[in-house]
Amino acid sequence: MFEVFTHFADWLAYDLVTLSPSSKIGDAVHFFIEDVSKIYVLLVIMIYVIALLRASLNVERVRHYLVGKNRAVGYALGSVFGAITPFCSCSSIPVFLGFTSAGIPVGITMSFLLTSPLINEVAVLLLMSLLGWKFTVLYIVVGMTVGVLGGAFLDAIKAERWLQSFAQKALAAGQNAQLADAPEAEQLSLAERHRFAKDETLEIFGRVWKWVIIGVGLGAALHGFVPDGWIEQYLGKGQWWTVPAAVALGIPLYSNATGVIPVMESLIQNGLPIGTTLAFCMSTVAASFPEFILLKQVMQWRLLATVFVMLLLSFTLVGWLFNGFSSFL
Amino acid sequence: MKQETKQIKVLGSGCTKCQKTAELIERIAAEQGVEVNITKETDAQVFLQYGVMSTPAVIIDEVLKHSGSIPHTDQVKGWLA
Repeated sequence: MFEVFTHFADWLAYDLVTLSPSSKIGDAVHFFIEDVSKIYVLLVIMIYVIALLRASLNVERVRHYLVGKNRAVGYALGSVFGAITPFCSCSSIPVFLGFTSAGIPVGITMSFLLTSPLINEVAVLLLMSLLGWKFTVLYIVVGMTVGVLGGAFLDAIKAERWLQSFAQKALAAGQNAQLADAPEAEQLSLAERHRFAKDETLEIFGRVWKWVIIGVGLGAALHGFVPDGWIEQYLGKGQWWTVPAAVALGIPLYSNATGVIPVMESLIQNGLPIGTTLAFCMSTVAASFPEFILLKQVMQWRLLATVFVMLLLSFTLVGWLFNGFSSFL
Repeated sequence: MKQETKQIKVLGSGCTKCQKTAELIERIAAEQGVEVNITKETDAQVFLQYGVMSTPAVIIDEVLKHSGSIPHTDQVKGWLA
């Protein structure tokens, strides 16, 4: 169903601009046009549709679903809601406090907060369109597993000891409080859903469109100008250090999944192993310094550092695991 | 017809959406000739106090009016009328 973008790029690059399909530059330009047009069209349509569907799901309702759940169910639910709730990372602090003050254990709250950036609509969409559904499903499963296990781990080490004192008090008060009534599910009219979806689409597209150009531009340059076999030879032969290196490289690229995924497409086509790619992608979308510093308001340094190291280690393990298994696939 | 100055708080972690929300309210208040006193709150304890879980949130005269997005122009006009 994506061939239309290939034809469009054929026409624009080879017919209109008359580049040769066999030249490096022709190849790179074709790659650029095909990917940018495909990503733009998909982003606009899919963000709109997804927003339309989930317009009435908000963190207040999620909180109600999570209150009083037993741990195992709680981590899984926290992770699922983290994946599907529309939620801006700048709301991390109020959501953390809202969940905590309702007596929800820190681990379940963190399952929600860790999964949320990992599985966001833009990253999933780009993975789906550029790397195919198999990689995308793998990514979602691994991402939710990291969220669930990360939450369970934080409860196992009693992470609530290292909250800031006012957050600790809110948690204690919440655990003793009566359960509030369910917030009424908002009955949204189609017009209201459309308005929400339109706002979301404009906001997200306005934020990411330039990263698409940058990312695909880099991908196209790699595609056209890195010698065939170079990546495979130096990074693709199961060298163990490529995974931690990819994770470390992902940290400063925070939240620019839009720019990074097209580069990954190019790297994978040139022979970068799947585990290394997964680890890189996760580190890029989820390990962001500015967002971690924000959490300082509710967490002591010790907990903050623990969460960060936990994430980096789990992404590295994921990378090694999949690189190891890929030879059996 | 001198009205009392409305006390408006915009709650948020200082992201662009919160900035835009404050600017929007300021602009519309100026257009409508309503006196407002806008403060931006970034303190986590304030979020907890008002029970706000998504930002930007708008508190007018101690009442939570809106949370989770930049409000629409007509919403803001309604609050200030």
